[in-house]
Amino acid sequence: MKQSEFLNVVMPFKDKLYRLAKRLLVSTEEAEDATQEILLKLWTKKQVMESYNNVEAFAMTMTKNFCLDRLKSKQAGNLKLVHSNYGDENTSLQKQVEARDSVSLVERIMEELPEQQKLVLQLRDIEQYNFDEIENLLGMKPTAIRVTLSRARKTVREKLMQQHNYGIG
Amino acid sequence: MELDKIENILEKYFEATATVAEEETLRAYFSQESVAPHLEQYKPLFQYFSIAKEEKFTKQVPLKPRKNTYKWLSIAAVAVLVFGLYFGYQDYQEQKEAEYAYSETKKALNLLAQNFSRGTEKVAYLNEFEKTKQKIYNNN
Repeated sequence: MKQSEFLNVVMPFKDKLYRLAKRLLVSTEEAEDATQEILLKLWTKKQVMESYNNVEAFAMTMTKNFCLDRLKSKQAGNLKLVHSNYGDENTSLQKQVEARDSVSLVERIMEELPEQQKLVLQLRDIEQYNFDEIENLLGMKPTAIRVTLSRARKTVREKLMQQHNYGIG
Repeated sequence: MELDKIENILEKYFEATATVAEEETLRAYFSQESVAPHLEQYKPLFQYFSIAKEEKFTKQVPLKPRKNTYKWLSIAAVAVLVFGLYFGYQDYQEQKEAEYAYSETKKALNLLAQNFSRGTEKVAYLNEFEKTKQKIYNNN
């Protein structure tokens, strides 16, 4: 497989890999590194890759596992950072301004979700994979996916409403 | 409008029982400018989803160079090694040949020298003969 062929295969979904990585790792740099790592891994496996019937699903699963490993091995520093991002909202003016912007608020609410919920929400509502594909990617049962998805959506709604009401009051 | 329907789907959406097509209608509904006031609060959610989908991976991935330099480097190294061995062996072979030729020449020269010395021994008799001849001439 030549480089151009490889890029043709990979190009359509490389942004999806990046967005998934960013959803899980939060930091842009981390996500970029992770995506690069995954693409290089794919590149070294390019001979085998031709035999996979769904390279995208394979790559997404790889990214998911890579990021989860990353989070597990990471010093808790990354996680702490996420929480402080959200926690000290009242202290910084910048944060207050941002909080008024409900769209970016959704982003921060999503940062708070547990990893499984992040994953399902990312795949279903942002990348719009259908349920079969998500089952495949995450190796979860259909009912489990529905439950996780429902929980994630409800949590986001709840937090959004809270914030909304503060805004009015 | 079909506000009832939207509300209905929204309910199902949060229970995660809505079908893919129904979620699609929700997305379409919330992407328009005017949304029913009591549903306005859900708008940022769907707005964010569509914005988040636009994010791109812009970093360049260094695919080719690393792999290739290693490959060519190893090929070059092997080539150098093979050439080195080949010429080294040839040199060694030449030296051995030269040594062999030297020893053969030495042997041949030794043989010649032996034969010469034997020749000079024989010539010694001729000297004797010459001496006797001179004696005879002188006597005459």
